[in-house]
Amino acid sequence: MAKKEKENQERVTGVNHIKISDIIIVAVIVLLCLTCILPFIHLAAKSISSTAAVSGKSVYLLPKGINFEAYSAIFKDGQLVYSMGYTVVLTAIFTILGMIVTTLAAYPLSKRYLKGRNIFSLIFMFTMYFGAGLIPEYLLMKSLNLLDTMWVLILPLMFSPYNMLIMKTFLQSSIPDSLEESAFLDGATHFQILWKIVLPLSKPIIATLSLFYAVGRWNAYADAKYYITTKSLQPIQYLLSNMVSNSSNDAMALSEGAQFVSTPEVLQAAMVMFATIPIICVYPFVQKYFVKGVMIGAVKG
Amino acid sequence: MASKAKKGQIMAVQPRKRGIGYYIQKDWQLYLMLLIPLVVVLVFKYAAYPGLRMAFMNYKPAKGYAGSEWVGFEIFQKIFKDKDFIRALRNSLIFNFVDLIVSFPVPIVLAILLNELRFPRFKKVSQTILYLPHFLSWVIVANVMYTMFKPDTGLVNNILVNNGIISEGIPFLTEKWHWAVSYTLINVWQTMGWGTIIYLAAITGINGELYEAANIDGANRWQKILHITWPGIKGTTVTLLIMNLGKVMGSNFERLDSFDNVQVREFQYQLAIYIYEKGLAGNNFSKATAVGLFQSLVGLILVLAADWFAKRLGEDGLI
Repeated sequence: MAKKEKENQERVTGVNHIKISDIIIVAVIVLLCLTCILPFIHLAAKSISSTAAVSGKSVYLLPKGINFEAYSAIFKDGQLVYSMGYTVVLTAIFTILGMIVTTLAAYPLSKRYLKGRNIFSLIFMFTMYFGAGLIPEYLLMKSLNLLDTMWVLILPLMFSPYNMLIMKTFLQSSIPDSLEESAFLDGATHFQILWKIVLPLSKPIIATLSLFYAVGRWNAYADAKYYITTKSLQPIQYLLSNMVSNSSNDAMALSEGAQFVSTPEVLQAAMVMFATIPIICVYPFVQKYFVKGVMIGAVKG
Repeated sequence: MASKAKKGQIMAVQPRKRGIGYYIQKDWQLYLMLLIPLVVVLVFKYAAYPGLRMAFMNYKPAKGYAGSEWVGFEIFQKIFKDKDFIRALRNSLIFNFVDLIVSFPVPIVLAILLNELRFPRFKKVSQTILYLPHFLSWVIVANVMYTMFKPDTGLVNNILVNNGIISEGIPFLTEKWHWAVSYTLINVWQTMGWGTIIYLAAITGINGELYEAANIDGANRWQKILHITWPGIKGTTVTLLIMNLGKVMGSNFERLDSFDNVQVREFQYQLAIYIYEKGLAGNNFSKATAVGLFQSLVGLILVLAADWFAKRLGEDGLI
């Protein structure tokens, strides 16, 4: 509200003369935005340019000798495409389970009258501030027989204390107690209240936290490096890090067939674009939910 | 079923001690819900804590816990004489500290600049663009950066060389001192946009009448920033600064691993890398566990100290 007023005020007092400081500010912001966009335009241009143009170092922001051989090599090879599909499934399962567990913790803990609430909170939050460390966790996964399975990428990370805290804060501040009380009078159970009243009212926070979980899983690869050896179980980020890990030496690890088609550089650009495009496509639509989550999280956490 | 509100009122008027059984009977559904996340946390997090005893044993994977002998603090004495560990610790502390000093102020300045923008649509679009790097994995960020900054084929070097500004590519990411600067600045780039959200939220909370009054008094833009906007976000700044101070012991494996190459090992070798290489890759479980425990403990102490300090200053604190 206050901001709107301020903007109106500015519009009234100063819109007809644009000052030098306005120009400087716009220039700085534009410059910073360019640093976020140009690398991807360059990469995209490179990925559809001809081998000759790329090795001639003449590709800047526009493609030269447009062709899609690198992409067709990626699809022919199939490895990255398979991994993309696998990672989508992995991320979906992870997000759904994560949201269930998070809700089941956040809803009871949002009840101020719940006995033992502080102890439960402490048990949940402690893991965030004091981790057991890589080796004890590795041995735990080993003794649970989870090594080299898809579940090792899901179960240990699916409960995020931070996300739980955000959800708890949201439930406490946004769901009026009176709603639940009247449902109680009608004889509803907590499960019914959660399912029929609380969750429908919590759609924005569910969207936000689902996205937090999904992006977190999509981008992480360290746990795959620790726990997974079977190639078909590796998420796309790990595959990508393996394929281009020697990028400073221009060495590539995509199958032989693909190497003949284009130079490592074009192929590498295409691979990075292939893994980035889904995010760039979804991102503008989901961005506002993220902002909401950070705002709620900023209250505490 | 009686109303909860009524029960609460009665309790408030005449507090009565009730047994655990009473509460379990009353709220059993809530406890049943809690059971699931509780089991998840106990099985997948807490069950790992007993493994920390490896730090006080000469742990042999083949013999297991039962067959390995206890050695007290011998492992810790060893790691503090270990040159690799000292190097990893030094790098972690220095790089995290520099990260904090360099990366921390940028979102504040950027948020103030965004707030000063007069054109709402331009502001919205630029915010969307500036948040983007936050959503990309370190693998992708690193690859994009290599594509931009490689000495022989990187775009930046190509432009500089093709225009005759330099004769040979600058090894932005393949020489340790250049790498140290690039590594830090890339972090600034990745975090600057996202970091503004909290400050913009704080700025939204400032009373608009203050700006109106300042306008009437003829204050210029700089004066308004200095005397209205900055005091309005100072509290947030202090809290965030203290929270971040608690993190100087951490190290991000994915970030380090993605920017790894032979030429920069000297600086890239930080605690997360040490633990991974000595532990999982080198099978020296006791040593890696001890370092992990040291890192976790110091981290916890820093967080608690930061929280205590924040509360002393009258801020919210984090726990």
